[in-house]
Amino acid sequence: MSDDLAASADLTTGGDRTPASASVVDRLLGWADDRLGIAKGSELLDKIFPDHWSFLLGEIALYSFVVLVLTGIYLTLYFVPSTKDVIYHGPYLPLKGKAVSEAYASTLKISFQVRSGLVIRQMHHWAADVFVGSIAVHMMRIFFTGAFRKPREINWLVGVTLLMLAIVNGFLGYSLPYDLVSGAGLRIMYSIVLSIPLVGSYLAFFLFGGSFPGNGVIEPQMFIMHVLILPLVIIALIAVHLGLLVKQKHTQFPGHGATEDNVVGSPLYPVFLAKTLGLFLIVTGILWALGGLVQINPIWQFGPYRPYKVTYAVQPDWYMGWLDGALRIMPSWEATFLGHTIPLEVLLPAVVFPGLTFTLFYAWPFIEAKFTGDRASHNLADLPRHRPKRTAVGAAGVALYFMLFAASSTDVMANFFKVPLNTVLWTFRITVIAVPVAVGLLTYQICRELSAIPVSREPKRPVVILRTEEGGYVMEETPIRPGDGPGEIAPVAVPTRVGIE
Amino acid sequence: MTEVTETTEATVVTGNSNDPHLQPASVHPKRTEKVVAAFIVLAAAGFATYGATYWQGGSAQLQGASLGIGLVLLGIALAAWGKYLLPRGPFMEARHPMRSSDEERARMANAVIERGRLVMHRRGFLGKLLAAAGAIMGIVVAFPVIRSLGPLPKKSLDSTDWLPGSYLVTAQGLRVKASDVEVGGIVTVFPVGHVGNAMDQTVLIHASAVPFTTMPGRESWTPEGYVAYSKVCTHLGCPVGLYQHQTQQLLCPCHQSVFNILDGAEPQFGPAPRPLPQLPLYIDTAGYLRSQSGYDQPVGPGFWERS
Repeated sequence: MSDDLAASADLTTGGDRTPASASVVDRLLGWADDRLGIAKGSELLDKIFPDHWSFLLGEIALYSFVVLVLTGIYLTLYFVPSTKDVIYHGPYLPLKGKAVSEAYASTLKISFQVRSGLVIRQMHHWAADVFVGSIAVHMMRIFFTGAFRKPREINWLVGVTLLMLAIVNGFLGYSLPYDLVSGAGLRIMYSIVLSIPLVGSYLAFFLFGGSFPGNGVIEPQMFIMHVLILPLVIIALIAVHLGLLVKQKHTQFPGHGATEDNVVGSPLYPVFLAKTLGLFLIVTGILWALGGLVQINPIWQFGPYRPYKVTYAVQPDWYMGWLDGALRIMPSWEATFLGHTIPLEVLLPAVVFPGLTFTLFYAWPFIEAKFTGDRASHNLADLPRHRPKRTAVGAAGVALYFMLFAASSTDVMANFFKVPLNTVLWTFRITVIAVPVAVGLLTYQICRELSAIPVSREPKRPVVILRTEEGGYVMEETPIRPGDGPGEIAPVAVPTRVGIE
Repeated sequence: MTEVTETTEATVVTGNSNDPHLQPASVHPKRTEKVVAAFIVLAAAGFATYGATYWQGGSAQLQGASLGIGLVLLGIALAAWGKYLLPRGPFMEARHPMRSSDEERARMANAVIERGRLVMHRRGFLGKLLAAAGAIMGIVVAFPVIRSLGPLPKKSLDSTDWLPGSYLVTAQGLRVKASDVEVGGIVTVFPVGHVGNAMDQTVLIHASAVPFTTMPGRESWTPEGYVAYSKVCTHLGCPVGLYQHQTQQLLCPCHQSVFNILDGAEPQFGPAPRPLPQLPLYIDTAGYLRSQSGYDQPVGPGFWERS
């Protein structure tokens, strides 16, 4: 570290060595600066990243996306986006000699004939699940700490859009192998689009290239959407997301010298870089290990898609579960209007509800500002307990989506607990409302009580409790011992020169 | 603290190597260094194991474990290096409000608004023309982008390929005879020439040994206890594939709608809003099952144009 840091430090201060004695790194930096003026932007190396653990959630999302792009490119080398039937001649014996789509056959080839192909394919699938999951948890962190408030509303909007695109692209990718389960998912999606009043049948025909299954289902529109168009949009939005982060700087929790006017933490180079590259390797390693060790989407067990075949426990990937659950517990309310059919039993849970969800997500920073009348800029994050109403609404929301997610396995639960499906259904119809309300009220009460307790920002010290001769007890702080660490110190600016020999 | 904040911008801050901020966070850096070294060595061993596994065509599990553990260990080593062996800080940087000064804002507003007025001054008509042309352009650009993707639905959702006299054929393309299906048996059938079609799929059930009627007006539709319904669920179009002979129910596995096949496939449970359309059957002189006509209504889930 010392050579690099000293060299870059020299560069920012103008440098006082002769070119002959300069290190290779110094000369390279000089070479680049002569042509690009990079030294002018080198304060970026000092950019401070807060050290709180919750700030790595967005990084996990970013690194899962990197893994998605890399493994995705690898998969495109072998995947054939075609629903045309071919006779399967691969090593998987139960399907030998059977007619399957080229998409399905090439996915089997990736799984069984390309060395490490199965690991990379499953890694891609796991990475998609982790991508959406880490975005969701990252979003919760932003929500509960109020990090979406002015001046960061725009980045909140970008983030919500990224969540939506991640879900859409996840669904498209899940559909590409054209197995029996994902084919049923496509059938359902087609019918959801079909349910939209006025334009539904046109939209469905355009998106699917005709009446289901159409010819655009996999080849080539959906494939290009999945591997080219949406990834480009996501990459562009991630660039905006991070650009805004650099421009507006991080939020941070109060205490430890953090104020509205500074950022306290580790500098980008080298401390944060080492930690975040470590995190990248850890995320990649865990995803790779999941890809090798934990089976996901074993399409050879489902069989190729045939529109007239179906299997038990048809369920989407987890991030679509809330929509599937909503569809399951919705009563069968089909309406007619001036001689037209309005399939409310589909339209409300699968179009209106997600539409409202994302509208509410987009609008939240502005709704909250309107209610609180707070127009000030905020750089210090809230502790969730200090905002009982927001925290209660958020917790109720999390509970609602979790209940809907759970409702997507009503049939499995009925079988597992040996209760009638009807009982499970009605239990969910009631609890999907009752649980969020209860969670919201309970959260509000807990926040109110917690916020009454003063928060100590001092590091905790061990204490010794002594019994006196009279039978009473006294508490004494232990003295600082050598192994206790240096304790709290005030933050300082990143030194440009560190004076390491 | 404020002094530092104000001076960080222009001046060089030189750290003293005795400064506690520049000390590693680890209390025992030597020991930490050994642990990090051990992790790096183990990571390299993991990579080598993966290489050997790949070379030998080893299992996906071993591939996943070896390279995965290697990457995780290397990641932990790097993160620990950054967290425990590099300067512990805390460091800080100043933050500046996003808002520009009043002068800058006034300059921007003047430039945009006054120069903007210059553009539109006495040229309102040109502006309207431009907006109209832009609107037309916007609409026609959508044609190739959206309309080219697929055909228009027209009337294709209203009817299926079932015609008067269509033979019922199985997914294997075999015509079904009245003697082929035992009581309690179920076969997925298609109109001849349209095997595998998503909208035409129909379940043929030999529901009963004795003749029965599903609804008034459909007395002739169920010859010899055979009944046929569209297999496309009226909820979201999944194949209604599960038949229970004892309860005479058809179940859709996607969202658990249940239909009673004895009373015209009326939904008994779940989100499906309408009965499955019934296909009128007859048995010809050669004993083959055939359709009297097509379905009397559109099959499958609801849509706007469905009346």
